[in-house]
Amino acid sequence: MNTDPEARETTTDDRAPLGGPTPLIDPHAHFHTPFTNRTDWTQYNASRLAAGDRIGVHCHIASVLGSWGHTSPTYFSSPADQTTANNWMFDYADADPKRVAAYVAVNPNFNRHAISEINRGAARGCVGVKLAAARRADDALLTDVAEIAAHFQLPVLQHIWQHRRRDWPNQDASDALDLARLAARQPRTTFLLAHLGGGGDWAHTLPAVKDIPNIVMDLSGSGIDRGMIDEALHWVGASRLLWAADLTLCTGLTKLRALQHTDASPDDIEDMRWRNAVRIFPRLVFDPARRAAQSA
Amino acid sequence: MLSWPTLMFHDSDPGPSSKPGGAADARPIDVSAWIGGYPFREVPHPEPDILVRVLEREGFAGAWVGHLPGAFHRDPAPSNRALYAALAGYRQQLHPTPIVRPDWPRWEVTLQEAIDQGAPAVRVYPAQWGLGPGHAALAELMMACGERGIALHVTVRFEDLRQRHPLDTAGDVPAATLRALARLKHSRGQLVVAGCGRELLEETHWGLTPDEQRRVWYDFGWIWGPPEDHLAHLVQTVGAERLVWSSWWPLRLAQQSRALVDLLPDDVRARTPDRLFADGRRIVIAARRSRERR
Repeated sequence: MNTDPEARETTTDDRAPLGGPTPLIDPHAHFHTPFTNRTDWTQYNASRLAAGDRIGVHCHIASVLGSWGHTSPTYFSSPADQTTANNWMFDYADADPKRVAAYVAVNPNFNRHAISEINRGAARGCVGVKLAAARRADDALLTDVAEIAAHFQLPVLQHIWQHRRRDWPNQDASDALDLARLAARQPRTTFLLAHLGGGGDWAHTLPAVKDIPNIVMDLSGSGIDRGMIDEALHWVGASRLLWAADLTLCTGLTKLRALQHTDASPDDIEDMRWRNAVRIFPRLVFDPARRAAQSA
Repeated sequence: MLSWPTLMFHDSDPGPSSKPGGAADARPIDVSAWIGGYPFREVPHPEPDILVRVLEREGFAGAWVGHLPGAFHRDPAPSNRALYAALAGYRQQLHPTPIVRPDWPRWEVTLQEAIDQGAPAVRVYPAQWGLGPGHAALAELMMACGERGIALHVTVRFEDLRQRHPLDTAGDVPAATLRALARLKHSRGQLVVAGCGRELLEETHWGLTPDEQRRVWYDFGWIWGPPEDHLAHLVQTVGAERLVWSSWWPLRLAQQSRALVDLLPDDVRARTPDRLFADGRRIVIAARRSRERR
């Protein structure tokens, strides 16, 4: 399998990280594969790693959503496409375990396949489960997925549309209320609510999850509204927020730089940069001292 | 190190180098900032004294400042009065960019007032006013701005489409509107486009002649960086000289333009020092030169 080692060898960076010197984990990353309709997939992946190195990302926790629309829809991937994507992702993480960890992504409509993939992913060393938007988060079909995720101590990264007021094309998007219902009935599972800045009304999400302690949130997305991080800190506190980038590392760097101008303490910022990720991803092998030494 | 071109908003103002934005000030002038509240969500403390502190902190010499509530009002006059009054104590850093609504009576007086106030640009909000591509009033204003040596600033969106309030039905300003303004025959107007992504920018830029292209400037704060690398692509195709620094304060985090430039791929970054990107003072100079060219 081609995991593009040539491009990856060029991405080491010994300059001072733009995002600061302390450890940093991106728990919401994606890569592309040769099985998509992008001919520039190696360049895309190399750019992610190079920009991550420049910012100071020590570990990208990443998934691949099927064929990214090439042979089945991104948010409704076929079982065959998802297996291919997961295989590629597992190999990619294996090839660079210092920088990349894998989610196993599943489509819960194919429940038996999803469970099988999670079992396989756990055996291959994946650290979390990725759910996109093939089924609403509160659907009964997600119960088995959530339970097996808890069994393997895998947090579930759930794609979220912040305040879904209608159906949007190409996905059965969930919002925070949908996820809150699932999380309330699956208290042993940790859910990572995706991309607070990723579209929709983030202000609706914050009160929706406040009293659901097994939901934590990532700050990724292209949205950089002033007030978003401050309100998130106000509603759920730094212990339930994880810095992340998703599709735009530029807005990720902006949010990192903005954190120091919020009410967050230095300890809070370290929680959001990496400590919370280490806590909610128990299977992630991450040694901050080693990473810091590498950065230095 | 090369300095930025000197900015002199007032013809009578010598712009001493010790002033923020003066000849010795290497920091860019942001072209897209506002004061005041936003009707669809809370924006924290959108006051001019806070803006001055943020600009200083984030490495801007100053900003073109609009009045955010006025974008959603019908009559721009009270909004412009509020803008001039609010910025009166901060004119070294904050340069008023009032609204001129060209389908409103006596808009020519409003334009003259903006010039008298030393405004580097005037702002229009075609989507909020329902003025579509090729609207005669917009064309008239664009021509007048060119003749008077003042830039026209168009905000194509305030928020991402996915998050808009149900009452916010204005939509984005389409590329057709921008092309129509840039293509006006015998126009000398400088057009500043704020809030565009790669697609809108390219649909505009590559739909213009080289002469027309040179009169359009794109605030790059909404363009995506890595891993899609849209900004890197545009730097190499459209050119950094057409791309303008901005803060988008108080709506967005002011660090974004700097983050985008810092994250350009190394080979692109090495060929693109900060000063190659445009800023408010460079557009002012272009507008003045364009006015003087007969």
